[in-house]
Amino acid sequence: MEFKFSSKNLKKIEEILPKYPSKKPAVMSVLYLAQEQNGWISHEVMEEVARVLEMHPEEVLGVVTFYTMYHQKQMGKYHIQVCTNVSCMLRGAYEIYDKVKEKLGIENMEVTKDEMFSIEEVECMGSCGTAPMIAVNEDYYENLTKEKALEIISSLKKN
Amino acid sequence: MEKIVLPEIKKLHKIDVYIENGGFKAVKKAFKQAPDDIIDQVKKSGLRGRGGAAFLAGLKWSFMPKTTDKPKYLCVNGDESEPGSFKDRQIFEFNPHQLIEGILITCYAIGAKIAYVYIRGEYHKWIKLFQKALDAAYEEGYIGEKMKKKFKTDFFCDIYIHKGAGAYICGEESSLMNSIEGKRGYPRVKPPFPAQFGLWGCPTTINNVETLTNVPAIINNGWEWFSKIGEPKHPGTILYGISGHVNKPGIYELPSGTLLTDLIYNYAGGVPGNKKILCVIPGGSSMPPLRGDQIEGVKMDAESLKAVGTSIGTGGIIVMDENTDLVKVLARITKFYYHESCGQCTPCREGTGWMLKILNRIIRGEGSIKDIDLLITVASNIEGNTICALGEAAAWPVKFMVQRFRDYFEKRVSKEIVIPVANKVHSMRQTLNPLADITE
Repeated sequence: MEFKFSSKNLKKIEEILPKYPSKKPAVMSVLYLAQEQNGWISHEVMEEVARVLEMHPEEVLGVVTFYTMYHQKQMGKYHIQVCTNVSCMLRGAYEIYDKVKEKLGIENMEVTKDEMFSIEEVECMGSCGTAPMIAVNEDYYENLTKEKALEIISSLKKN
Repeated sequence: MEKIVLPEIKKLHKIDVYIENGGFKAVKKAFKQAPDDIIDQVKKSGLRGRGGAAFLAGLKWSFMPKTTDKPKYLCVNGDESEPGSFKDRQIFEFNPHQLIEGILITCYAIGAKIAYVYIRGEYHKWIKLFQKALDAAYEEGYIGEKMKKKFKTDFFCDIYIHKGAGAYICGEESSLMNSIEGKRGYPRVKPPFPAQFGLWGCPTTINNVETLTNVPAIINNGWEWFSKIGEPKHPGTILYGISGHVNKPGIYELPSGTLLTDLIYNYAGGVPGNKKILCVIPGGSSMPPLRGDQIEGVKMDAESLKAVGTSIGTGGIIVMDENTDLVKVLARITKFYYHESCGQCTPCREGTGWMLKILNRIIRGEGSIKDIDLLITVASNIEGNTICALGEAAAWPVKFMVQRFRDYFEKRVSKEIVIPVANKVHSMRQTLNPLADITE
């Protein structure tokens, strides 16, 4: 599917560019904008980003595949990220991870049929002091129990 | 004890509250002195980096070339991805202007016109908060061209946030610079070091967020004052983050050299259910772990921890009680490094996966006594054989956990597995002679 930046995003790109001596360093910020607009990073998106920033599409592909926060497929409306690293694990993160997976009926990096939810087992999110945690899209939910985690999922389902 | 980095002042994140409490005094004071004098003061204060390596900040600044035609840059490392570390986000949230002031002073000292603050992508909230603080400081004329008028100097600099996208390795200095340059975050071979060849090949200094937040206090109160706080060889306060099996996990700002037991039992409220401590990782998951019976009398600063065979790292303390499954913990740590290895160096790329396979085998109950030694062999072959320190970060937990908890690991693999075929070389051979004859 063809991809073009919205005029609003093109304006935002113009604001990002002066931060750097050349266009290429803006690629990470521009990819975020593209992901926000398109939902995920397709090949067409990479080609458009490359065109806008005067890069090779392969260079953009290299960046997209290196960083985990660029999604190369459509994720759910609510992308649930469960940290299972040591500090969270010691406080019951795997129980939460298993329960949430069971409730949604999906495995790591899968999307529910209604495209509402996707789940990802993530590495340390910097919430060790408030472990365990999950993040829904950009928001952190900390100091969780499995009951609280399931409540969050239920409340999202109602929306 | 006075707090330097996170003082207990309400709404300090607001610029007017920060100014009311003596904010931006240090930068005014600094602009009246020569850049070299600032570097000298920071050097004498003994301020050491808070990002893991505990390198002298002032000394690092002095490596910047004095005469160069190239622009100079400052990178501020707020990638904070080491499991067990969650201190920088507190600074972004509660005391962002002191960080900004620290950045301004540092830029002036090293002659940088642009500072990039690299913040991990997952910190959406803290990026927004810090951007808000930056906007307020720009508005008031503390950053950017308006500085000339505000401070009546010729010097000005800009501060930009660069948002990461979920790669642990970008906390490594040269990887961070490649990431800012819009490339895959591969670490670079050193030398050349960033002061010679940093961002876009220009002289660059890179410091941790917490390190720079200390700078205004040093300029305000003098280096003698700072050098007298805590342990003389690693002075100042440290943001200790305690997590895992403690009653009150969180960040505690205390002088360096605070007793580890004091932190766990007095500040963090001890272990739930009064259980014994099996293991403590003192500085984020990559640092060598200590046995529970080793922690008595251990001071939390770079030199004291070195003496007991571990390291201060980022000051992220992870406590594990006696019921913890250490093999599972070690497998989880190893899985992390396996996932985060950038794949440039074979020992790290292959070794982390190999160690994970062995540990998973032990968890399944299929491990043999040979696996324990194999773990140490693999770890030792990663250590020192990679471009960046992720090799050590992956190897140390495995090597030291297995060495220090050998009895624990031996119990888990008590079944000796007999391998039916001896481990001989079965490659193409020119002769039909048995193996013994060839080797003779």
